Amino acid sequence: MSAIPRPLTGARVGVVVFPGTNCDRDTVAAVEACGGRAEAIWHGDAASLERWDAIILPGGFAHGDALRAGAIARFSPVMARVIEFAHAGRPVLGICNGFQVLLECGLLPGAMLRNDSLQFRAGWVHCRVEAASLFTPLEAVGSVLRLPIAHGEGNYVPAPDDAPTVILRYCDAAGQISAAANPNGSAQGIAGIARGSVLGLMPHPERACDPLLGSTDGQLLFRSLLRALVEA
Amino acid sequence: MSSYLARVYVTPKRSVRDPEGSTVGEALRQLGFDSLQAVRAGKYFELSLEAGTSGEADGAVERMCRQLLANPVIEDFRFELQVEASSE
Repeated sequence: MSAIPRPLTGARVGVVVFPGTNCDRDTVAAVEACGGRAEAIWHGDAASLERWDAIILPGGFAHGDALRAGAIARFSPVMARVIEFAHAGRPVLGICNGFQVLLECGLLPGAMLRNDSLQFRAGWVHCRVEAASLFTPLEAVGSVLRLPIAHGEGNYVPAPDDAPTVILRYCDAAGQISAAANPNGSAQGIAGIARGSVLGLMPHPERACDPLLGSTDGQLLFRSLLRALVEA
Repeated sequence: MSSYLARVYVTPKRSVRDPEGSTVGEALRQLGFDSLQAVRAGKYFELSLEAGTSGEADGAVERMCRQLLANPVIEDFRFELQVEASSE
């Protein structure tokens, strides 16, 4: 994933910051490293998101994960605007805690339980790209990404009768899905799902965008998004 | 207006795995509690509120549970309501 295509300038990405978010700067840096422009948006800001081409809900511990991860953040003023933005078919990406917020607010189906180990899991995992989306190009389907995870509640449970489109599954380095490769007990090894223009994933692609950090596989998602925005 | 106390119980749905309950159950069995069949772990809230009637209080607590306290995908809830004090 290290090939650098033509510059993806021009796309403007808003990165929402809740009290307790801690991956916002990494996410801004990753978008900019991939050629986009990004800025933080405070969660209490209910202004229109019209000026943005895409919105990212980054990782962290919004409101200290009180009650359930994402349960309080979904009622932040900015979230009504994010829901409108998504309903208009515009791209929304939720990473880790941001994914949990997307589940709690209903933009994605299902819910998170505590990891089956009951332990916070931090480390590198492999994920297989299962389907094309705004964030995963068709030519990447079947490829294996090496990405970091850091979460205590990533044990995905689908909603009854509302199956999501699975975009990423935990796998081993060879791309095989197995219980041993599943870090949290997530149903069917699900690491990321999409609905329309909305994607949520537990791994942190923004922490895998620089060779210094051990992987640049995370660039795939940001570059795919930025390319879609520039070509739109 | 009266003061009410609501005791709210939020529990994992029967159809949903409960990693915390299973782990606690395993620990209890290791402590020798052989009679233990199963453990389900949930959350307990005490809500103090003011309302004109018990029906109003009941409705308010129900809405609080639906909107925030329980996630309907994975959790069920129930509550008990008790009058704490009446004024007027």
